[in-house]
Parts: sequence; C-alpha cells; structure tokens
Amino acid sequence: MATRHSRSAARLMMAPAVILLLGWMLVPLTMTLYFSFKRYLPMRGDSLERGLDWVGFENYARFIGSSSFWPSVQATLLIVGGVLVITVILGILLAILLDQPFWGQGIVRILVIAPFFVMPTVSALVWKNMMMDPVNGMFAHLWRFFGAEPVSWMSDASVQSIILIVSWQWLPFATLILLTAIQSLDSEQLEAAEMDGAPVLARFFYIILPHLGRAITIVILIQTIFLLSIFAEIFVTTGGSFGTRTLTYLIFQRVVDSQNIGLGSAGGVYAIILANIVALFLMRIVGKNLDR
Amino acid sequence: MARAVSTRRKIVTTAVAWAIGLLIFFPIYWTILTSFKTEAQAINNPPLFWGFDFTLENYAVVQERSDYMRFLWNSVVIAGGSTLIGILVAVPAAWSMAFVPSRRTKDILLWMLSTKMLPAVGVLYPISLIFVQFNLLDTRIGLTLVLMLINLPIIVWMLYTYFREIPVDILEAARMDGAGLRQEILYVLTPMAIPGIASTVLLNIILAWNEAFWTLTLTAANAAPLTAFIASYSSPEGLFYAKLSAASTMAIAPILILGWFSQKQLVRGLTFGAVK
Amino acid sequence: MGRITLEKVSKSFGQVDVIPPLDLTIEDGEFVVFVGPSGCGKSTLLRLIAGLEDVTSGEIRIDGTDATGVPPAKRGLAMVFQSYALYPHMSVRKNIAFPLRMAGMDAAEQERRVTAAAAVLNLTDYLDRRPGQLSGGQRQRVAIGRAIVREPAAFLFDEPLSNLDAALRVGMRLEISELHARLRTTMIYVTHDQVEAMTMADKIVVLRAGNIEQVGTPLQLYRSPRNLFVAGFIGSPKMNLIGGAIAARHGAETIGIRPEHISVSAESGDWHGTVGVSEHLGSDTFFHVTCDGIPDPVTVRVGGEVDLHYGDDIWLSPDTSHLHRFDGQGLRVA
Repeated sequence: MATRHSRSAARLMMAPAVILLLGWMLVPLTMTLYFSFKRYLPMRGDSLERGLDWVGFENYARFIGSSSFWPSVQATLLIVGGVLVITVILGILLAILLDQPFWGQGIVRILVIAPFFVMPTVSALVWKNMMMDPVNGMFAHLWRFFGAEPVSWMSDASVQSIILIVSWQWLPFATLILLTAIQSLDSEQLEAAEMDGAPVLARFFYIILPHLGRAITIVILIQTIFLLSIFAEIFVTTGGSFGTRTLTYLIFQRVVDSQNIGLGSAGGVYAIILANIVALFLMRIVGKNLDR
Repeated sequence: MARAVSTRRKIVTTAVAWAIGLLIFFPIYWTILTSFKTEAQAINNPPLFWGFDFTLENYAVVQERSDYMRFLWNSVVIAGGSTLIGILVAVPAAWSMAFVPSRRTKDILLWMLSTKMLPAVGVLYPISLIFVQFNLLDTRIGLTLVLMLINLPIIVWMLYTYFREIPVDILEAARMDGAGLRQEILYVLTPMAIPGIASTVLLNIILAWNEAFWTLTLTAANAAPLTAFIASYSSPEGLFYAKLSAASTMAIAPILILGWFSQKQLVRGLTFGAVK
Repeated sequence: MGRITLEKVSKSFGQVDVIPPLDLTIEDGEFVVFVGPSGCGKSTLLRLIAGLEDVTSGEIRIDGTDATGVPPAKRGLAMVFQSYALYPHMSVRKNIAFPLRMAGMDAAEQERRVTAAAAVLNLTDYLDRRPGQLSGGQRQRVAIGRAIVREPAAFLFDEPLSNLDAALRVGMRLEISELHARLRTTMIYVTHDQVEAMTMADKIVVLRAGNIEQVGTPLQLYRSPRNLFVAGFIGSPKMNLIGGAIAARHGAETIGIRPEHISVSAESGDWHGTVGVSEHLGSDTFFHVTCDGIPDPVTVRVGGEVDLHYGDDIWLSPDTSHLHRFDGQGLRVA
C-alpha cells in the first residue's frame, strides 16, 4: 500500500525506537560479555583505568563450580516451578468459576485481580509481617486458634513462603488470561457435547482444556520470564538466606555485595542464555500470531 | 446465548466465588484495616476486625517522619515521565509498522520483544557504570529513562495491535484530503486510537509504578520512588504494623484504582496481543 | 481542469507485474469507468493516479504537468472509497470540512462551502451527527460531500456503491450521474459491475490482468467488442458465444450473438432447440434454449407476452447483421 514517500517516512519514524532499544540492548550486553572474561574486583584495586586481566572462561567455570551455584539453581527451579503449578491450576479453576453466572461477578473479579496491582515490595512486606509473622501474623493467630504451634515461616518454610507470596501476585494474571480464553470458547460447542452425552469432567478434559492449550502455554512462558527475575520479593523478605537465593539473587550478590564483577557478569551471561531459551519458544507463538 | 441456570446452583456459585474472592483480597483488606488502628491494636491478640478506635494518625506520622510526599512525587514523575516519553517514541514507530509494513516488520517487532526479556540482573553492573559515568545515579531522569526503555517494547506492541485495527482507507482518505504526514497522525490516527493509547498509557504507568529492580538498585535518597520507600520498612527493628500498613495503603491505592480500569487491556498488553 | 494522461505506466509488486506498461488519456470533464473482473488491476490503476501507490515506471500527467512523484495530498484529486473512509471521530460537518481545513481555508469560507455541499446532498439535517449514526446511503453522500467541497481537478471513485443494497445502488448511481452532469468535472470510477459502467460512463476502459482490453463509449463496446473477453463481459444477459461448425459456417472461429438479436419461430429457423428455464421480467422474457449442436444453452430475449413453456420445440434465427465474428486469437473479425 505504500509509496516511496511513506516508506522513507516510516523508516525515519521507526528510527528513534529502534536506535534506543538497540543501544539499550547492545551496550550493556557487550560490557557484561567483556567483564565476564576479566578479573574485576574493584575492592581489591582492579579498575578500568589500569586495565583488567583477561582470564578466559575462568569466571564461567568458577560461577558454576561455586558451592552456591547448584543450590541457587535448585531454588530457582523450585520457586519458578512451584509458582507455575499453583497459578496455572488455580488459575484454570478460578477462570472456570468466574465464567459461571453468579451475583456480584464484577466485584469478585476485581477482588481476585487486585493483588496484581500491588507493588512487589508492598506485597512481600505485607505477607512477611501481617500474615506470616510468627507472633503477630494472621497465620500465627489462626494456628493458635486451632491449638497449633505457630510456624516461623520466613526461616523454617522460606521457599514455600516465597512461592506463596509470588503465587498470590501472579494468580490474577493467569486467571485473567485464562478467563479471556474461556470466554472465547463457543458455548454451542459445549452444548453440543452435552447433547452428545459428555459428562462434566469429560467436557472439561476434551473441550475446555484443549481450547485453553494456547493460553496456558502463553501464561507459562510469560510467567517464566518474569519469575526467573523476581528480585524484590526476596530482597525484602529473606534477603537470599534460608535457601531462597535464586540465580538472579546470587548474581546480584556477586555484583553488589561481594563486588566480584567478573564472576557476576559470567553469571549474568548464564541468566541471559537461560532467559533466551524460554523467550525463543514464546516468540514463536507470538510470531505465528502476527501472520494472521 | 446465555444458558439457563437453576437458582440453587447460582446461589452455591455465588457463595463459593465470594468466599474465594474475599480470601484472595484479604491481605489487602487487612492492610487497609490495620492502617486505621493504633500500633497497640494492630498487634492485638486476637486480631481486631472491628471495635477498634478508628484513627488517621498513622498517615500523618508516615508523612511527617519520612516525607512520604517526596517518594510519591518521585513515583509520579518516574512512572508518568517514562510512559509519556515512551508513547512519544512509540507512536511513530507503531504507525510505521502497522501501516507501512515491510518484510522486516515482523522481525523488528519480535526483536523488540526480545529486549524485554533480557534479565535485568545480567546488565546491572554495566548500567550502574554508565549511570555513574553520566551522573545519573539516584536521579529521576536516569530512572525515567531506564523504565522507559524496559517498557518501550510493550508500548510499541500494544500500540501496534491497536493501530492495526484502524482501516488504512481512512488514513489514505486523509492523504487524499490534503493532509501531510504530521496532520494525518495528529488529526486522524491519534484521535481514532485514543482508547488504545489510553489503555497503553494506563498499563505502562502501572508497570512503571510497580517496577522493583531498577528502582531499588539505582536510587538512594533523592530519586527513590515508593517501591524503595516501602522496602526501607523491611528492617526488623522498629517495625510498626499500623504505620507499615498506612504507608503500603498509600503506595498501592492509586494503582489499584487505575488497575481496575485497565483489566481488559492488561491481558492484551501482557501477552503482546497473543490473547485478546 | 482535469485532463489526466498516463504514459507507459506500469506497476509491479515484487516479481508480480500487476500492470504492464499502458497508455491512457482521460479528457477534461469526462466520466471514465474502469471495469473488469476482480484482480484485473483496476483499483491499482486508480491508486496509481491518486498517488497512493508509486508507479514502477512511466509518467502520470495531470493537466500537462508531471505528477508522477507528487504525494497524493498535492495532486488536487479527491477520492471516494469503497468503505467511505469517513473519520469516525468527527461530525459530518467536520468530515466534509476536513480537506478545506487542511488547505488552510478560513472558517467562514469553510462553513459556506460545507453548507452548500450539504444542501446539494440532502445532508443539512445531519451535519452534527457522527458517521456511526448514519445509514449507508447517507455515509456515501458524506464521502461525496467531502470530495466535492474542495473542487478537485478530478474525482476518483473506488467501487463506491458495492456496500449498498440493490435499491440504494440504483438511486446513488443516478445521483452521481446527476452530479457529473452538473459539475462537469473529470470523474474516474472503478467498478466490477458492467451495468454501472454502461449506465454512467462517457468512456469505458475494460481491463483484464492489468491490460486494457478496449476503450470506448458504452455503445461502441456493446456494438463492436474488440475481442471475446469484452464481448462476454459487457451486456446482460451475456452475449451468446458459439464455436465449432456453426461458427465455421459464418467464417469465424467463434461467433457471438446478443439475446435480442435472435428471432424465435415455432415452425422454421436456423437452429432447432428445446425451451429450458425462462426468466420473466415483465417487459422482457429471457429463454434459455438448448439447441442441437450447441453445447451451452442459448439465451434469447423476447417480448413479455410470448407464450412458450418448458420443453417446447422451437426454432431460432440469429440476425446476421448483428453477428459478431472472432478469430482463433479471440479478436474481432471485421
């Protein structure tokens, strides 16, 4: 549809966004890659002015070889996996529930979605103190009410606590997307299945679930990308102790706390590769959608 | 066609749905409620759901001791500024991709998306270094720029999906009517895309307002927004529940209200148009 | 003034040649219709003239000056789109005034012209409504109003009636013809409907696969189609095209005869056949007759009162003075 005029105008108008994002991507990425091959400990007197020593893949090897690496991978997998399982399963159930006719649908929807809009630092602190505090938290009151010993969540069940908090934050996202997907299901299809004598469970497994397949994949992929980099929730609750040091948090500590830039950068490269593997799958789905 | 549902089933659904809704909302409700209690009542055993002295004192104290308004202002400037700049950069780009598509348009869109997936922690040190170099550390302008950049892909994508729904005929009609490019975008495209632009703005204000990696790592005293202000409450000593609640309530209230308006757009924005 | 000349104009999208180089002159004040089946390049040709697409090669002149590289906004042409393309966020008044506003005309003059155009188009009562509140016919008139206020060198119409229902279409056809008679401005009109072409045009351009098959007045095209394609495309019902031995007898590869140029007799004639389905239009009746030695049914027009029934035996005789002869390439033989 275009003419030379509009095409050259288009290129010009796209330039700012493309240049900005290109710079935003390439400059820090190149620097991270560069540092990852260098010995760079500012606290021990290394500095850019005096030049850094090339150490090859030593940082990469040391990052993987360190005693905190595998536990951090384990923590990351536990937290991401746990949150995914909880949000997807509860999200499907909630979406189906909210799709039923009942009184006050609008209000309940708002109540369910609300946690998504709470900033991560607030939700982490509210859960840590108001809900999970072993003395004054709501859970402690509940446990005592039933005659049980209150749990000190943040130290004794730290990973579970983080999973609970993050699931609470992301459940609305999963629910909302799955609800949108369910509402696009042709109700005649369900009625036809009902006429064909399919009981409730069969209708769920043979019609609703397959219809939700794409939406579920999208929820999983997008959440994985965001969950791999959760930070504030750990920062203000456990600070990475009690087995909640994820890969992201480990890299953060290497860079900020122990000021080992080279090591942290190597970790960063690992994280980037990991995120890109997930991203690749997501992009294929989104890209296919573009062709329609 | 809506299916007829028996009243009994509807009553049961209503009860279950409300119970779950209230359960999920409870932490927020409890926070808001506690913000109106005195510190002693806030940690009362058993917890007080009613019958406490309603007080606004906590709000006054939070403002007085920690200059809450400054953090709020930082949040407003950073979230609003990054969204505004983002929109200004993204509208022309989205116009180009939606109305003058080329063979590379799809690749560019997907590439933009991929920059969004870069794990922030992987580039933390380089960005800090650049910030130190350009004296941007702990400045509102620095943070505004970073948040603009991390949200730019989402803004471009959302605008792109909205623009694609506008018939190209109408833009061509404007061209035939003697409108130049600037006039075409200003008088025809933008007014028609207002609902789409508004929801894009809304969602991005929410995302920027709640962003909690760069806001925590790149700010200290001067430019810290509400996310960082709340994080300062994480130190265990001197923790006051009622004051924490008041501060939290103030930090989330504006965005809760905005968020409720943007439910529908949320899905579209966060799935890059893959679910509508 | 609005004399538009195309010289060796061609258009390709990538490897695909949509329009091979063609020449065409549209005289000032002419009503020219581009007609052809879908995908024949007629809309592309119009968009090339409008400037919404670049030509791949060749030159477009408007009133003698080269307009090839001029953006659409500067060509001084107005266009009415198939979808009407009204600005949904503006009132009818603002829609019609938009080109004037873009031209920087002062408000009083804008108002005067909009009022005048609205009066002509019966839109006076709707000036403050939004396009969404109007019927299809009214939207069409707003689109026309937007085109006429700026007094363009030429009007371009891209299948403007195809979104209207049949009754409205006839009405709008008359209105557009009326408008042309009054304004005497050049109009270029694209349609796939040969009835629209026949009823409105001063000059018809028949296109197929980007090629101009024939240019002429409606009656020239009807009476002496240059080739088989034009013969089959112009006229409703279609011309009967007959090949084989019968055509050979008339010294041609294919012969064509229009339904009104065949006489019917119960006793004798050239071709013997059986009456098939009939279509009664009141004034006329069309019979589809299956004839011996002719594969396709022959369509015959007779008066409204002829008493023939399905299965009757009849004889048909073509009027040889109106017989069209085509050679092996499908070209007309004089």
